Order: sequence, then structure tokens, then C-alpha cells
Amino acid sequence: MTLLDLMPFMMLAPLIGSGFVAVLPGRATPWAVTMLVCLSSAIIAAAVLAETLGGATMSYPFGNWPPPIGIEYRVDAANAFVAFLVAAMAAVTLLWAPKSVAVEIQGRHGTFYALFLLVVAGLLGITLTGDAFNVFVFLEISSLASYALIAYGQDRRALLAAFRYLIMGTVGATFFLIGIAFLYMVTGTLNMADLAERLPAMSDNNAVRAALAFIVVGMGLKLALLPLHLWLPNAYAYAPNFVTVFLAGTATKVALYVMLRFAFTVFGPDYSFVVLPLSTVLMVLALAGMFAGSWVAMFQIHLKRMLAYSSVAQVGYMVLGVSLATLTGLTAAFLHLFNHALIKTALFMAVGCVIYRTGSARLDDLRGLGRQMPWTLTAFALAGLSIIGVPTTVGFISKWYLVLASIEAGAWWLVVFLVITSLMALYYIWRVIEAAWFSPRPNGAAEMREAPLALLIPTWFVVSLNFYFGLDTRLTVGAARAAAGALLGDGGSAP
Amino acid sequence: MTDWLHPALVLLLGAAALPLLPAAARRVWLVLVPLLGLAALFTLSPGTHGQFEFLGMPLVTGRVDDLSLVFAYVFGIILVIGMIFALHVKDTVQHVAALTYAASALGAVLAGDLVTLYVFWELMVITSVWLIWRRGTDVSYAAGMRYLIIHAIGGMSLLAGVIVFYQTTGSIAFDRIETASPAFYLILVAFMINAAVPPLHAWLSDAYPEATVTGAVFMSALTTKTAVYVLMRGYPGVELLMWMGVIMTWYGVIYAVLANDIRRILAYHIISQVGYMVCAVGMGTSLALSGAAAHAFTHILYKALLFMGAGAVIYMTGKSKLTELGGLYRSMPWTFLLFMVGAVSISGFPLFSGFVSKTIIIEAAADDGRGIIYLMLLTAGAGTFLSIGLKLAWFTFFHRDAGLRPAEPPPNMLLAMGLAASLCFLIGVVPGPLYAILPAPIDYNAWTVGHVLKEMQLLLFTGLAFFLMLGLVGGKNKIALDVDWIYRGGGKALTIALRDRISATNAELRNVFMDTLVQWMARVKKRHGRDGKLARTWPTGSMAFWVVVLLASLLMFGIRQH
Repeated sequence: MTLLDLMPFMMLAPLIGSGFVAVLPGRATPWAVTMLVCLSSAIIAAAVLAETLGGATMSYPFGNWPPPIGIEYRVDAANAFVAFLVAAMAAVTLLWAPKSVAVEIQGRHGTFYALFLLVVAGLLGITLTGDAFNVFVFLEISSLASYALIAYGQDRRALLAAFRYLIMGTVGATFFLIGIAFLYMVTGTLNMADLAERLPAMSDNNAVRAALAFIVVGMGLKLALLPLHLWLPNAYAYAPNFVTVFLAGTATKVALYVMLRFAFTVFGPDYSFVVLPLSTVLMVLALAGMFAGSWVAMFQIHLKRMLAYSSVAQVGYMVLGVSLATLTGLTAAFLHLFNHALIKTALFMAVGCVIYRTGSARLDDLRGLGRQMPWTLTAFALAGLSIIGVPTTVGFISKWYLVLASIEAGAWWLVVFLVITSLMALYYIWRVIEAAWFSPRPNGAAEMREAPLALLIPTWFVVSLNFYFGLDTRLTVGAARAAAGALLGDGGSAP
Repeated sequence: MTDWLHPALVLLLGAAALPLLPAAARRVWLVLVPLLGLAALFTLSPGTHGQFEFLGMPLVTGRVDDLSLVFAYVFGIILVIGMIFALHVKDTVQHVAALTYAASALGAVLAGDLVTLYVFWELMVITSVWLIWRRGTDVSYAAGMRYLIIHAIGGMSLLAGVIVFYQTTGSIAFDRIETASPAFYLILVAFMINAAVPPLHAWLSDAYPEATVTGAVFMSALTTKTAVYVLMRGYPGVELLMWMGVIMTWYGVIYAVLANDIRRILAYHIISQVGYMVCAVGMGTSLALSGAAAHAFTHILYKALLFMGAGAVIYMTGKSKLTELGGLYRSMPWTFLLFMVGAVSISGFPLFSGFVSKTIIIEAAADDGRGIIYLMLLTAGAGTFLSIGLKLAWFTFFHRDAGLRPAEPPPNMLLAMGLAASLCFLIGVVPGPLYAILPAPIDYNAWTVGHVLKEMQLLLFTGLAFFLMLGLVGGKNKIALDVDWIYRGGGKALTIALRDRISATNAELRNVFMDTLVQWMARVKKRHGRDGKLARTWPTGSMAFWVVVLLASLLMFGIRQH
């Protein structure tokens, strides 16, 4: 069995596994099987990434039907990078899961983990496939499963949040489907590589323009690009902690990948950024998202909502890199895609630890907690340094490349915006640190113990990754550059 | 990366593990870690190690050559000695600070590029300030704050210099700094602040006497000598430094004569002794540079010994002023003897280490044909002997009996002092091994009749003069004004009036500003708080509205161009 034969199992393992896990009894067994499945996915993803970093493209025809007719899995450095992120984050966050899920979800956990596996399978399917319609199918699989996961939240508002996400997500998916339908109507093919070959001849066709607009808006919605972000804060805030931790690191990233794949590979940058004013629109929305997201986060008193708004701002950073449409800009976007997953996962994990002990995510209930849960809140503070962008953290690396890309594109004024939003991040992280370490514990508040090791160890693992990749950038920058290169069509040559 | 181990890394890991250990194991650990660090130093082979690329800049964390090795060795040795001296201290923060401080000094000395240097440079400040603060007095807190501010300014200057240097030359390699851009002076100023070159020296005599008894030992060894190293590396042969160095030798001596606190006297003598090295760097001849390296090596040892002796006195008596001390030789004979080894070493008595290194620098000045420099360096030595070998020793250990009957310090302190003292003596008697590791192997013999006679004459007549004028040279319980005279004495009234006016204006401005800020914050909170426009939970319809708006605008643009 070669790596190529194994590749589809990255997605198939969780897909098949979910059916199996759904019927497993109890709590520990479903988790263990899920962990096993996600680990194997992550290992395959790592092997595939290593293979494609050199510039290779792997193509796997499903059911041995040759590509234009059958469904093709087509993997280059760009998908491999995102797929690795999804699979690895799934495995890492699962380590954190059992304790947290145990208090939040009653009864057996088989169905819960089955849904989780469906989300993983869907997200991996989206990234791996080379077939436009197949993207839609997996998008629906992952979306439907994630609506259900969010509805698991203990807060009753979780139901409403899931419902609203369902409506908006469906609108987004439908827009995406309409876009693909337009493309199929004009070209008669659904294979992305095929589309890319045929589209240039039809660049004057209005249906093609409409298709691009529909796809960008549809994915913008899944991506939570301002002003299409309105579903995100509540969905993140009220979902079970483990679900937030996982989705915050992966779901929006995959949507960004799809947008990039269509804008750069299928339509080609010459088309996307010339025919539609995509560059301007994305840049304006990205800057607006960076500001509005950070601004609202500064005033939130619910920690998970605060981090959710911060995610809106961070999506802005990624889209800003995209809007520059240069190799460095895209590299910065891919870098931040990876780095932000590390940062937000660490932050949400730390908040999850707090909620595990105190049952509350309100800033007021955090007062004076620093001395009672020092490890948890130190982890939060360190991950906070990363989101602010302090040197030696991954946040700094992302911002550094964004700055490089801005200067390279002659848009040095963007640097000013980056600095201002970093200061805003400093403010909203500082509020938490101030409450935790510099405010006295309210009278009558219960004594809290440190979070259990089962939660702390994975949290600190991700925090340390934040610093490791902040110092050793060979893997991340190399892979991000290869991914950007793959999208811009220079064969994804490694630097 | 695998064929070498950064000694600083050993120390950093050791420091990180220290708080986790049980109290009993810490003492062993405290000696073991510096020894391991020293062992790691001895495994270093000349060459360039630990290179990696960071954000497109080639960083070199390990440049090992003759010059960096001399400093690294002595840093390693003094860390072992200083740690033994500090072994009885129960304060883990101090130990961690000392280990990381030494690690960053090693990191700075081994840095092969300016960015790495800058990182370790700043780390040195952040870690060393804790050695002042942990004294725990208000005075030491304020002194630590001033120390921090001065070095922060120096750090900024260095960072700015590095950036300008990179902009103009496109390189961050740390070699001789030759550029016409402002970077030359920006970096030089940063280095000179750390080397305590007047008028940028006040932090040293201000902070060191306020540091903890054991912390001062490390501080006296590391910061200024790292500065000497970077000056040797970046600015050899800059004439300005030669004159500044000569001024330093005298400046420190004169202020030391005026000072009353025993560690302040020693601190001023750091300035004086570093002056010899800075002056040698300024001369820039091969002999002078070797002399500077040799003198840094010996100076670290005897100065640490002196600080340990003074520290032992303070630790046992709780007093640090000459006017309050006296007659201690009876109750602390070992401390006295070991202190005197340091005192005769710094004074340059033959048979002790100062003699074999200082005379190289003086000889270099003579070889270079610089008469004035030669004379000033030579005579400054008399002042050194006067204030440390005679004044400090006399008024602390003899003179009138102040009624103090302290015991000898704990054995670990005596052991550390003994180690340092025997090194001072060994180097003084057998200077060969020291000469062999100098950057440029030198053909120099300290033991000529001329050298010995000249030195002895100078010192003996100084001693004679001291005892003739004993009444005049004693410590006075007064404050000797340094650069900080501006806000004392004559300018006092003016300063106070000005201060009152400024603080009144400041208070008014603050009130106005804070009122506005509070009002503004309240308004912002009301509008943008939990239920602000942006943060509100919007109905689904409005989300759909935005989708449509975005799609419509994209389509419009797309089709308009058609």
C-alpha cells in the first residue's frame, strides 16, 4: 500500500469511524476509538504534507474512475498544509476533551464523538477533494454535524445559536452551490483542474462572474468575514467548550482555504483580482473586521464571546494577507491560518479550564483567580502574549510576515493598522490578566482548586507549541510558503 | 546544533529547574549547575556554532574564538565562586536571577550577531535588577528602578543602532563596527553606558552598593566586563575611548577617596579599573588589547573577592559605612586576610594578579609612545592602593575599635573567598597560563626589575603618605556629590520650586484628563458594551441582509465592467 492509496483514508477513517463510534456504549470507549481514528488521520496527513512540500501533487481517483468524470482527490502543498492542521488539531484537542465533555454532556458519549468525527471527516474532505461539487457535499456534512455539536451546549441559548448558525450556514452553502451550478452550466465540468483549464476561454461570460461572486460571498459567510460574522460569536460562546476549542482552530480556516482555492486555482488570480474588485473589497472588509472585532472584544464581559470576537479580528488578518495577492501576502495568510489555530486553541483551552472549575466564563467571576489557579491563568497569559504578537510567539511571526507583505506591496500604511489592532488585543487580554491577578477575590467566593492535569497538560502543550513555532519557524514558514506557491501555480516549490 | 551545547542553555535550564527542587537538593544543584556550565564552556571548540535563520536574518549564537573564550571562561569561574558565596541564601528568586544573569552575560559574549547580542543584552538587565531589588529596602527598590531606566535607555540606543546598522550595511554580523551612519554612535553609547564611562556611569555607583550582599558579587563581575568585551569587538582603536578610559581611571579613584560606604568605594573602583580596559581598547594595539583582556580576567576575580569581603563584613555586622566600622581584624581575621589579597591584587603589588595584567596596559601605553596616558595610568594605581588597600582596610579592620564583635562569616563565604584569593595569587605568581589564552599571544614579562621597582616605589610612598595624613583621608559620613549634584545643594531651592509648579500643573492636567477620560469611557461603554451596536445579537434577517448587500455590490462591480 503506497501513501497515495492511504491518502483518502485520512478522510475515510473518521467518516467510517463515526458510524462505528455512534453505537459504542459508555464514555471512555467512544473517546478512545475517536482518538485512535484522529491519530491515524493526523499521521497520514503528516506523511502527505512531507510528500507534497517538495512540490509534488498527489492525485487519487475515487473508485478508479479517471478524473474529469469521477471524483478526484488532488493534493498539493496547500491542501496538505490545511489538512494536516485539521487532523493534528483534532488529535490535540481530543486529548483535552474527556474531562471537559464529561461534565457538559450527560449520558453516553457515543453520538457526540460520532458527530465530532463527522465534522473532522467533512473538513478533511473539503480540503482534500479536487471536485467542486464534492466540496459542497463535505461542506454540508461538516456543517450539519457542527450545528448539532453546538446545540449540545449547556446554556439554552446554544439551541438558538445553533439554529441561527444553521440558517446562515445554509445560506452560505447554497450560495456556494449556486456558484458551482453556474460554473457547471458554462463549462460542463465539476473537476477543479478541468475548470481551471476551461474558464480562461470564457472570461467574458457574466455567469462566470456571478459564480465567483456567489462563491466568495458564500465562503465569506462560513469564514465569518465581517459583516457576515454575526453567527459566530453566539455559536462559539454557547457551544460546549471542547467544540469551541476545536471549531475555533479549524472550521473558519477550511472555509478560507476553499475561498483561496477557487480564487487562485480555479479562477486564477488574474481573473479573480482583476475582473471583480476582490482585492479592494477583501482589504476593506479585512480591515473593518480587524477593527470591529477587536473593538467589540475590548468590551465583552463573557470570555468566550470576547475570544470569538477576537477570532473575527484574526480572520481579518488572514484575509488581509490574501487581499495583497502576492506570494508573501499569501504566505502570511497561510502562516496565520496555522498560527491562529494554535493561539485560539490555547486560549479557549485555558478558558475551558476556568469554566471547568468555576462554571462561569464571566470576567467578574475571574477576579482574584490567578492565585488559586496559577497554571491555568499563566497559560492564558502566555497564549495572550501570542495573540498580541510579542516576539518569540507565533503571533509575532504572523504579524511579521504581514508587515513584510504590506511593505513589499508598497502599502506601508497597513502596518499602522496592524500595530493599532495589536494594541487593542493587548487591552482585551490585559483586562483578563488584571481581573485574575490584580483584583481581590470577592468576599464569599468559593475557594477554587487548580484545573485537573488532564486539562492542564494539553493546554500547556499547545501553549508551548505557540512558543516553539515562534522560535523555530522552519516548518511553518516553509510549509506556508510552499502552500502559497502551490496556489499561485509555481508548482509549490519549497523555498 | 548537535555538536555543541550552548553553556548559557545549561544555566538557563538549571535556573528553570531550581524552584521545582526540594529545598535540600537546591544547595547541591546551585553548585552543580555552574560547574556543568563551566564544563560546557571547556568543551567549546573555536569556530562558529549554533547558526540558524530567524525571520530572514542569519543568527549566530555561538561565536567561539580566543577573545570570546577569555571572557566566557572567567564568567564561568566567577559564577561557580559567586554561587558558593551565596549558598547560605534561602531566597530562590536571587539564585534564579543570578543564574539567568550569568547565562545572558555568556550569551552576549558568545553572540556572533547584533540581534542575538541585543536579546541577551536586555536579558542581562532584566535579570540583574532582581539582585538589587531582593535586598528588600526602599533605597534598593529606588536604586533598582533607576538602574532599570538607565539600562532601558541604553537598550533603546542599542536597538536603534542595530536597526540603522542593518539598514545601511544590510548585515547584522557583529564585528568591528565601521560605518559612517549614526549607528556607530548609537551602539557606542549603549556600550559605554554598560561600561560605566562618565558621565554615563552614575547607575553603577548608585546601584551596586544597594544590591544584595551576594548579588553585588555577580554584578561587579558581569555587566561592565561584557561591555569591555563588546567594545573590544566593535570599537578597537577608537581614540575617544582611550581618553575616556584615562578619565575613568582617575574619576573612579577621586570619588572613591570621597566615599564612605565600603561597597560604594569598591563600585567607584570598578569604574577606575574598567577605565584601564577602556583605555587599552582605545589604544587598540595588539599588546593593549591583550592587556585589556588579561586585566578583565584578573579584575573580575579580585573585584569579586573584594565585594565578597565587603559583603561578609556587611552580612556579619549589618553596617556598611567606614565611620561605623573599625577594629574588625580581631574578630574576623580570615575575612581580613582574604580581603587584603584582593586589595593588594587591585593595587598591583607584585606576586598578585593585578600586577601581571595592569602593567601590560601601562607598558602598551609606553610602547605606543603615549607619555601622558602612561603617567596618568601609572599614578592612578597609587590612588587605588590608597583607597582600597589602605583607607578601606585600615578603617574597616583597624583604626579605632567600634565595639563590633562579629563572628567569621559562614564557611561557604570563606571558601568562596579562599578560592578567589588563591586564583589571584596563582595568577600573580604564574601568569603563563593566563597569557597563553589571550587573543594575541604576547611576549611580555612582568617580572623585570624595572617593573617591580617602579611599582613598589609608587605603592610604598603612597603608603607612607597615607599614614602621615591619616587624619585627612578617613571616611566622612557625608554624601559625595556626583553627576547627581544638579538636584542638590545650590540648585535645591530652584529645583523644589520647579517641582512644586510642575506637580501642581500635572495634578490639574491629570484631573482634566482623567475626568474627560472617565466620561468618555462611560459613553463608550454605554454605546459599545455588551449590548452595543456591534456586539448585539442581531436577528437572522439582518445577517441575510448583509449577505445580499455584499453579493449585490460584488455583482454590480463585476457586471459594470463588462
